[in-house]
Amino acid sequence: MTSITLDRIAHSYGGKPRLESDYQLKPIQHVWEQGFAYALLGPSGCGKTTLLNIISGLVIPSEGRLLFGDKDVTHLPTEQRNIAQVFQFPVIYDTMTVAENLAFPLKNRRLAKPVIDRRVAEIAKMLDLTADLNRRARGLTADAKQKISLGRGLVRSDVSAVLFDEPLTVIDPALKWELRSKLKSVHRALDLLMIYVTHDQTEALTFADKVVVMNDGRAVQIGAPADLFYRPEHTFVGYFIGSPGMNFMPAGVKGNRAEVAGFEVRLGEIYGDLSSDQSVQLGVRPEFVSVTSGPGLPAQVRRVVDLGRKRLAHVLLGNHPLVVRIPREMEGVGDVVNISIDPANTHVYVADVRVQGRAP
Amino acid sequence: MTFVLDHIGFDVGGVRVIDDVCLTFQPASLNVLLGPTLAGKTTIMRLMAGLDQPATGSLLHDGQDVTGTPVRKRSVAMVYQQFINYPSLTVYANIASPLRVAGVAKSEIDTRVREAARVLRLDNLLQRMPGQLSGGQQQRTAIARALVKRAGLVLLDEPLANLDYKLREELREELPRIFSHTGAILIYATTEPSEALLLAGSTVTLSQGRVTQFGPTSKVYRDPANIDAARVFSDPPLNELPIAKQNERIMVQQDRSLGRPNAFSHLPDGTYRLAFRADAASIGPAATGELNFSGTVLVTEISGSESFIHVDVGIGTWVCLVSGVHDWAPGQTATVNIDPTRVFIFDSSGQRVQANVVQGAEA
Repeated sequence: MTSITLDRIAHSYGGKPRLESDYQLKPIQHVWEQGFAYALLGPSGCGKTTLLNIISGLVIPSEGRLLFGDKDVTHLPTEQRNIAQVFQFPVIYDTMTVAENLAFPLKNRRLAKPVIDRRVAEIAKMLDLTADLNRRARGLTADAKQKISLGRGLVRSDVSAVLFDEPLTVIDPALKWELRSKLKSVHRALDLLMIYVTHDQTEALTFADKVVVMNDGRAVQIGAPADLFYRPEHTFVGYFIGSPGMNFMPAGVKGNRAEVAGFEVRLGEIYGDLSSDQSVQLGVRPEFVSVTSGPGLPAQVRRVVDLGRKRLAHVLLGNHPLVVRIPREMEGVGDVVNISIDPANTHVYVADVRVQGRAP
Repeated sequence: MTFVLDHIGFDVGGVRVIDDVCLTFQPASLNVLLGPTLAGKTTIMRLMAGLDQPATGSLLHDGQDVTGTPVRKRSVAMVYQQFINYPSLTVYANIASPLRVAGVAKSEIDTRVREAARVLRLDNLLQRMPGQLSGGQQQRTAIARALVKRAGLVLLDEPLANLDYKLREELREELPRIFSHTGAILIYATTEPSEALLLAGSTVTLSQGRVTQFGPTSKVYRDPANIDAARVFSDPPLNELPIAKQNERIMVQQDRSLGRPNAFSHLPDGTYRLAFRADAASIGPAATGELNFSGTVLVTEISGSESFIHVDVGIGTWVCLVSGVHDWAPGQTATVNIDPTRVFIFDSSGQRVQANVVQGAEA
């Protein structure tokens, strides 16, 4: 049973940091547990690759300790860390067959042939490579080669962790569906700790049990996909997760009422008096604002966007732009419609961080 | 200012990769070329630009035959998937470069560069070098360079593919607006159906170098003329089921009958392919309508605002859409309920059968 502990890990490439902004990776305390899949998700430059490189040993953190189980590996080189890695581009031996490629990490560890054969067959089956096992890797498509890379990463059952660095970059968009699903079922079948870096929300949310959302060197939320959607702890999570992201509106909040652009919005929980705080915002996802024929807040429709499987309207509530989900048949640009905001899915943010209210 | 492709064909190594393409693009229009990798999008753009010469057919720009006209003498601008800028020139000089080459007066260059920079929100970055810019800013610089040329034909080849999805969402909204007042014919290649829908305008669906449909984007999406157009315009992939109609009954394989659903009452006997998109099916514990299939959940994919549930229904694997984030566990049994008003039916040659059933489907 191996877990990986980030014990106040932080990193600054430029030597001794004095200000918080000097850190490329701000201090993080977290335990990754065996059998779970984690994703590091964020825009370019957010620090996710730095964190992955610290775990793999490419970067020695300027602060904190990295533990594999109880063992301090902070200063150990990569090859002594017992990890498997899958990179953006295929790393395989062109002259070997698919089976030999998959077996290679096991042969290196001198496992018995029957053990190797059984494991290679198992992994090949999971990745739909069985039919190709005796083919040479040379001449296979980039997609197939990357599947072999994934297989090589997954073939050892005794690793502390498998690290994936944007592994679907070279995969044709039409095949990404298939491989995302494959990776997820492989994760369920194998008892490995997996850490997956990506800037693609679908890859992260589909693959991982827990997603670490990173922005500007900081882990702003570590949560299950549903937490990130239903209860973003930071405005960045609301913005970054979901297409389109969450609506934010400056608001005055007191008790279970908020005032937005002169209108009253009901809240699901009870808050203290935040009416004088300038940094208070209400956050609500487009999915939880609906157009109603009953009473609601008056909003003016500025634009209707048809996404095929759903339709969205850009509306103005007072002077506040909002995106709301609308029924299939609704048109009416320029119209004033009544909108209803679901109190149970409306959150209060102070200085970008969600504050928890009291149950009513 | 129309642009016409008249029976255009193109060969690579003796193989016809673009086959008899006929398209007429209207002035000041936005047109999406939608298709998977290798469908011919880039090749068609290169032919339109004059970078390659067609093997058959001709190209007409504003009524004039431009088939043999070299690219330099055409009124065309192109933006590629890879950000292409001159690394040793400032953003200003990058944007100005096509105008310098064309010998435009300095004061005119300055006016146009500043105007384009304002529209693309690069005003404060004009003195930077491309290496100091983010990916989004670099691509905006390349787009500004296409904008200042005031070309009659602007070709954008998957211009946002290399950007983070949040940036992509933002730029996708801006792009049509940026070019809308120029009067140019805009051609935008993408592999993503959602991108085509967001851009709106008109859409050409492409499969293996052939045009399968061309029309207003929402019409092509809602009313695909054939199975190739429907497949290309579906993400996740189109759910499909071969069926046969015999003596009023709809058969799925030899042994399973769907009974006599109203949805198919107007079809003559024969074999067909029934197809529906992920959002035309709901998933639940029990059957709710006449078109339902029980199966086992394989995997759930979560896109941020939506969940796609892959279900093995014995005769194939289908994908259903649920709004919000839900994790249906693998192995769980579930019933797929298909909305019969939103199925497409194709005959054995792949042509859409306009069965009465589909009328009012999107009402």
